[in-house]
Amino acid sequence: MKKAIISVKNLVAKYGDKIVLDGVSVDVYPQEITVILGGSGCGKTTLIKNILRLYEPYSGSVKIFGKEVTGMDEPEYDEILSKIGMLFQNGALLNSISIFDNISIPLEQHTNLSAQIIEKMIRVKLNLVNLGESASSFPSELSGGMKKRAALARAIALDPVILVCDEPSAGLDPLTSASLDELIKKLKKLLKMSILIVTHELASIHRIADRIIFIDDGKILFTGTLKEAKMSKVHEVETFFRVGKFD
Amino acid sequence: MKLKDKTLTLEGELTKFTVTASLREFSQFRNETIGKIDMKKVTFADSAGIAFLDEIYLSLGENSPALINMSNEIDNAFKTFSSLDIEKVVVKKTISIFEFIGNGFYKWRNSSKNAIYLLADIFYWSFVGIFNKKGQRKGSVVQQSLFIGVDAFGIIGLLSFILGLILALQSAAQLRQFGANIFVADLMAISMVTEMGPILTAIILAGRSGSSIASEIATMKVTEEIDALKMMAINPIRYVVVPKFHAITICIPLLVTASTIIGIFGGLIVAVTYLDLSAIAYFNRVIDVLTLKDVLVGLGKSYFFAWVIVIIGSYYGFNVKGGAEGVGKVTTQSVVASIFWVIILDAINSLIFYFKV
Ligand SMILES: Nc1ncnc2c1ncn2[C@@H]1O[C@H](COP(=O)(O)OP(=O)(O)OP(=O)(O)O)[C@@H](O)[C@H]1O
Ligand SMILES: [Mg+2]
Repeated sequence: MKKAIISVKNLVAKYGDKIVLDGVSVDVYPQEITVILGGSGCGKTTLIKNILRLYEPYSGSVKIFGKEVTGMDEPEYDEILSKIGMLFQNGALLNSISIFDNISIPLEQHTNLSAQIIEKMIRVKLNLVNLGESASSFPSELSGGMKKRAALARAIALDPVILVCDEPSAGLDPLTSASLDELIKKLKKLLKMSILIVTHELASIHRIADRIIFIDDGKILFTGTLKEAKMSKVHEVETFFRVGKFD
Repeated sequence: MKLKDKTLTLEGELTKFTVTASLREFSQFRNETIGKIDMKKVTFADSAGIAFLDEIYLSLGENSPALINMSNEIDNAFKTFSSLDIEKVVVKKTISIFEFIGNGFYKWRNSSKNAIYLLADIFYWSFVGIFNKKGQRKGSVVQQSLFIGVDAFGIIGLLSFILGLILALQSAAQLRQFGANIFVADLMAISMVTEMGPILTAIILAGRSGSSIASEIATMKVTEEIDALKMMAINPIRYVVVPKFHAITICIPLLVTASTIIGIFGGLIVAVTYLDLSAIAYFNRVIDVLTLKDVLVGLGKSYFFAWVIVIIGSYYGFNVKGGAEGVGKVTTQSVVASIFWVIILDAINSLIFYFKV
């Protein structure tokens, strides 16, 4: 068994008094694409944000690269952050600066690369997501799908070891969505990335998933490989793989 | 609707058009025992019709009747629209006065704690940011200074001039009665330098820059930009707040000085046209009357006003709840709060100097 790159144990997450995740344990393995599945509002985004410390977990443990990150010092955690790229559900590009500048932020923040190298890296990443033309545009001038892709370019700017994507293909047409899947698979192979993805699209899951985590009502209903998931007898999982919808 | 042998027979359509009448009709059977509800003659039911069934069901309490002879269609409608299996919507319980006060106090304590942490963070990073620009965008201080300072200059200048005119005019009539015309210069100098210049500037900045700080941060928060910054290991305070803090610190003394001078000029117009003073006499008097202390007090407190505006704007921005609607709300709140605290600070400042000197 491979050693987990992200390991979550008994995570409880709350907003105020409302428990959203109730004792969730999850492992993400290196160089695999792990897909988080679950109905709208079941806590997928919350899980990701708690793992990445954007919210402080109410209780439980989160280990990234084998180190406990809850309560870790700021500088030590920054070091870990430099190896993680995150694509937010709504892109979360900084609206006041251009796409190019958005992507340059992580590069300038975490490396001492020269401006020329940085520029080349940005151009390559933009090309990978088919946005070569839009470097100097501002986020407000892009369509929803383009914003997503630009945000993905920013997430992979630093060639992170872990890439986390919250619904990368929601709102994209099937072709773009498929090419994005290809890109994600390519990244996994070329850069040996470990990828954690939230997605609902059955087609996309069949294309990319190595491992499935199925959340329902704040609890883990199923974890296992894609193959195991397809044969699962758990009612909700079975229904999802049969009709592509949540019960 | 008929009741026979403890069986209630319903007929026709159960829809939003019929159920009001049916409920009325049903009320006569309320105290009877009903064992079964025969649905055989019901031809159609919409969600209102099903709600009616639910209602009958519930009103009969423990000895709930069985539904019989239901057609497939109606059965399906029942399964889809019945609220019987749905958990009751939890209605917020009303709380006692003590709980209310306790909650209020608890919230107040928490929010003041957060505000103090934020204040410490902003001062710390603003100090660090003087020497180390990492995590700030290049040119952001200049950009912010242009927005906070240069763009505000016009409106502050205009209002100060008008305020100067008004102040001088209001007092001119009184002063003239006593032949004390020249004292209009004293009045203008002292009031503009120690009070009107700083407070006018601060209130305009609270309206212009305070609101923009709050709304910008709040928008970034609801669009997850703040989270995105954190993910790139960039401290949002350094990236967003520190440039504004530096810019306002640079701009406020200049704006206050400009406001004061323009206001005194406004007084000059009245002095020359209405009080028959010469410009030279007016200015000589202004310079004679002012002490270094007055100038320092005026400028000194304006720094506090500026910082209060940034801190309150950031506090409300970072604590936004909800979406776009929340942004509007915190923006308004931040303007009201910063004007409030500017005036409170001013009052405290006046008290201190009143007792000390
Ligand atoms: N900031 C917040 N404050 C309060 N409640 C929240 C907040 N964010 C999310 N929630 C609640 O937490 C629950 C889980 O939300 P979350 O965003 O994690 O869902 P999700 O699984 O990502 O859904 P989706 O597929 O629609 O993105 C929801 O019921 C939501 O109402
Ligand atoms: Mg989500």
